[in-house]
Amino acid sequence: MRSMAKVDANEAMSRMLAGESGAGTQVAAEMIAALAKIYGAEGYVPIVSAQIAGVSYKNIGEAGIEFLESMRKGGARTRARATLNPCGLDLEAWRELGFQEQFYKDQARALDAYRGLGIEMTCSCTPYLIGNAPGLGDHVAWSESSALSYANSVLGARTNREGGPSALAAAITGYTGNYGLHLDENRVPSVHVHVTCPVETYQDFGSLGLMLGKKLGQSVSIITGLQPGRCTPERLRQLGASMAASGAVALYHVAGATPEAGAYTGKVASGEIPTRLVEVASIDDVSDVVPAGLAEGQPMAVDLVFVGCPHASKGEALDLLGALEGRELKADVWIAMARDVKRELIQDAAFAKAMSPRVKLVADTCIVVCPIDDLGYSSVATNSGKAYFYLKNNPRLAVAHRDTAACLDAAVTGIAINKDRGEA
Amino acid sequence: MARVKARVICTGDVSGEVLFTDKPLLIYTGIDPASGNVVERGHPLNGQSVAGRVLVFPEAKGSTVGSWTLLQLKKNGVAPLAIVNQLCEPIVATGAIMARIPCVDKVDIAPLRDCQRVTIAADDVIFNEN
Repeated sequence: MRSMAKVDANEAMSRMLAGESGAGTQVAAEMIAALAKIYGAEGYVPIVSAQIAGVSYKNIGEAGIEFLESMRKGGARTRARATLNPCGLDLEAWRELGFQEQFYKDQARALDAYRGLGIEMTCSCTPYLIGNAPGLGDHVAWSESSALSYANSVLGARTNREGGPSALAAAITGYTGNYGLHLDENRVPSVHVHVTCPVETYQDFGSLGLMLGKKLGQSVSIITGLQPGRCTPERLRQLGASMAASGAVALYHVAGATPEAGAYTGKVASGEIPTRLVEVASIDDVSDVVPAGLAEGQPMAVDLVFVGCPHASKGEALDLLGALEGRELKADVWIAMARDVKRELIQDAAFAKAMSPRVKLVADTCIVVCPIDDLGYSSVATNSGKAYFYLKNNPRLAVAHRDTAACLDAAVTGIAINKDRGEA
Repeated sequence: MARVKARVICTGDVSGEVLFTDKPLLIYTGIDPASGNVVERGHPLNGQSVAGRVLVFPEAKGSTVGSWTLLQLKKNGVAPLAIVNQLCEPIVATGAIMARIPCVDKVDIAPLRDCQRVTIAADDVIFNEN
């Protein structure tokens, strides 16, 4: 059955490469074929879905829009379900949040070009929360490092670390090369991470991820020592997103918590699967990035609290709103999420009374990809290891990585106590 | 005259002058899409333009957004004439195909020299021996 499918895949790809499905599809097929050649793929596999990153107008430019439109004119249309990563702004509340009109217009044209190819305008980094959730063993072609890490590790689907263009090409052809993490042998862990310290909160999982990303690079790991009860989907999302930001981790297993781990735990323990051991006896709390001259322990003003990286689930957002209910806030709070999640959330009765005017439910975008400099914020507290990792490179922002509860405190007081150790 | 076989990533027949580096090249944020100038700090090619040259480098590095940068270079008329890599990776492979920039890899780039004339004809790379 499997070899049969492969023959069909080769034949289908040959036809697309020959231009039988039009010039637009042909270009996509050439991209898939080139990658298959580079990585020595064992033929092609049909994909269940694609997740496409690289949506921002700033990144693809007029040239990108023209290319996408030329593909459409050349007959290209998605053959597999394809969802889109966050774009540069909230498509409905952009004016209220302070984004520029020209930026909105350019971004909207870029989105139209993707829409023309049949790609869903989800604009989220958590497609698995809004209906694009592949199952165990499903082949997919996902870009967006946090999403593909979640798909591989937590859902047990199979994807390589795709870039935006290769995920797009896979969506158009319906195929990807059968190499890398699509193959059983490449999903076996080569590193055993043993954690002996408590890892409990959302922030702990993010900090552990930032630490491990640097140690793991691209390696597949199995993590032991975490309490399975602590490994909620939200915390695993933090772990994976942070590992994929500070390293290039596309797949990790957690003993007792992720679907493929059971196949490896015994064999790693017995040595049948040889692994490099990485022991974690303490989690390094990351250092704050603060304005020059602010000493450790001094209060730092916070004007924005950012949560929702990766995009928040409805449950997470409800918890946050509940915690903020009735409190007067000194900083803005952005809770970023997929538009579909926001729609569900605002239908919920609990939402209305919990809402404070400083709390912004931000959809379609996130703090990492939007032009944050244009919005007038200078100091951010976030509970996301990934958001911290990218924001700390912005020379105009002070950044603190805190647990959710401490972030909400900062929203109330407008202050975070500086934890700068001069290492950032 | 030397003639070596390469692996074709994006086919084409062109002839031009080499712009050579033995250091990996950052495409997104490393090459200015408006001018074609290499702007990566500390890179040996910093300040030089890739426009119209046969760009020879071992491999690309950095963000996969670099594929879109190659497309922007092409639209702005400042794309390299062709790309020769030691080992092509997905940024350049997909970007070259999207932008129709002839591209080959699996070539030992060590014998190539800056400003040397090179011809690429499908899987042949032809140049004068030094």
